Amino acid sequence: MNSKYPKVVLKNFGIIDPFSIDSYIQNGGFEAFKKALKLNRIDVIDEIKKSGLRGRGGAGFFTGLKQNYTISSCEECTERFVICNADEGEPGTFKDKLIMENDPFVIIEGILISAYAIDATKGFIYIRGEYDKSIQVIQNAIDQAYEKGFLGKKILNTNFSFDIELFLGAGSYLCGEELTLIESLEGKRGYPRIKPPFPAEKGLWNKPTLINNVETFSNIPYIIQNGSEWFSSIGTSESKGTKLFCLSGNIKNTGVYELPFGISLREIVYDIGGGMLPGYEFKGAILGGAAGTFVNDNFIDVPMAFETLKSIGATLGSGAIIVIDQKTNLLKLLINIIEFFKHESCGKCVPCRIGTTLIYNKLKYNKLTENEFNWILEQSEYMARTSLCPLGQSPILPVKSAIKYFKKKLLAYGK
Amino acid sequence: MILKKLINMKDIMNVEEIKNILKKFKTERSYILNALHAIQNANPYKYLSEEALIEVAKHFNLTKAQVFGVVTYYSMFSYKPRAKYIIRVCKSPVCYMKNSMNLINYLQELVSKDNSNTFIVENSECLGLCNKAPAMMINEEIYTDLTVEKVNQIIEFYKSKSL
Repeated sequence: MNSKYPKVVLKNFGIIDPFSIDSYIQNGGFEAFKKALKLNRIDVIDEIKKSGLRGRGGAGFFTGLKQNYTISSCEECTERFVICNADEGEPGTFKDKLIMENDPFVIIEGILISAYAIDATKGFIYIRGEYDKSIQVIQNAIDQAYEKGFLGKKILNTNFSFDIELFLGAGSYLCGEELTLIESLEGKRGYPRIKPPFPAEKGLWNKPTLINNVETFSNIPYIIQNGSEWFSSIGTSESKGTKLFCLSGNIKNTGVYELPFGISLREIVYDIGGGMLPGYEFKGAILGGAAGTFVNDNFIDVPMAFETLKSIGATLGSGAIIVIDQKTNLLKLLINIIEFFKHESCGKCVPCRIGTTLIYNKLKYNKLTENEFNWILEQSEYMARTSLCPLGQSPILPVKSAIKYFKKKLLAYGK
Repeated sequence: MILKKLINMKDIMNVEEIKNILKKFKTERSYILNALHAIQNANPYKYLSEEALIEVAKHFNLTKAQVFGVVTYYSMFSYKPRAKYIIRVCKSPVCYMKNSMNLINYLQELVSKDNSNTFIVENSECLGLCNKAPAMMINEEIYTDLTVEKVNQIIEFYKSKSL
């Protein structure tokens, strides 16, 4: 249906058997890793840097730079770690799950290449506990990679040794944040750490740690195999490659679609998504999940890329697109989002712990006038300035954008 | 009443069984979440008993308070007996917009009529099934595009299975 768009991450989708490493190898699997092993570490990092690959978990940091920091932050360190963040919990996001269940080996290959590049000794995949199928597929993939000699000691008769272990989350949204995930991986309560130091300097057990999202790792083998020029020819000036968009709401073809950066919301909703279901009109969307931003129908032609969305005060986030229609009760939706933050707040920072509850109570139990909304904005701005981790810094995103673009509607519900 | 009855059945999962599960895990603290999952899943009432917490503390060389701290932080763990089947209904924005709260209320009512403590209804954050909302999980099984009729059928199926 969308064959006119280039495939990167989902190239093997539906072609390989996720339970068979042989089918992955037959389709060119691990060739990129073999190629990387013949290169100098620094050249691998350079290739990733040149490709312009940015993190797909939400923050959009340049992956090559992150790799570079991780290896150069402590040159005398003998231990470095790689963590694959598979704790996909952002509401409206279901792309990592799709990769894990359909092509687990590309993730392992991406981790292996990254590990070789930063001279890491051990890797960890942290999957959220609810993703039972993903857990089984990934564990099987790790076992098969050991059997074939892609993991373990002296991989493919080189001096590179590397292990990967699977760890489970247990129902905490906050553990998707990198430093909190590290705390959880150390077997503790998921409380965020103060940044800096960043994981690249002091991560797991205070050792330099590279932590990337599942989708980010899945891009790496293709960049090494086909070259950075090929990769950076896809996308926009500052957002290279493709993105997995998670389309949901009252739309005909909901699901995950791999599309080049720069595609407009209109193309996604009407061409790819097949338009709205009968009886529903497109009124806007939430981009990036709960920690994302509302946009109204004026933004339907904005290109979907990090820089273009940033310029209008929106975020791409994890790639979630939750479509809003004329029947959506925006106030209830906003309350639902704030309730989510209230529930997931760990309680470490007072502004986040109390702020989320105050905003929730205000929205839920008060008659809402202009004054109330101004007060809510003030509170969420205060939280954004004074909380340690992205959870407390996030409510401002949906709150501010909802008020900005849907104020009339919100005030009408308040009456 | 049901809870009391269960707590008296202390030997539902004996200490030996817990120890056998723990043997599979290295003693570094990192493995604690994986170990807690394994013990909880093996328990017919899907919870972590006091004996389990004590054994986990011994295995990882932690205090009982430290283990309790970990257990209470993560919402998938319970130190109270639950039920054979844990029904997790998603209440995140997409499912919520498709009336998942009505389903949660409906299920809760349905389950409260059933005194066999076969089921417990919990709500869950995004299960990553937004394209087929509303969705729920019963233990590890996934159910999507739910309606009241569909929920009735699913619950009947589990009831007949557990007889």
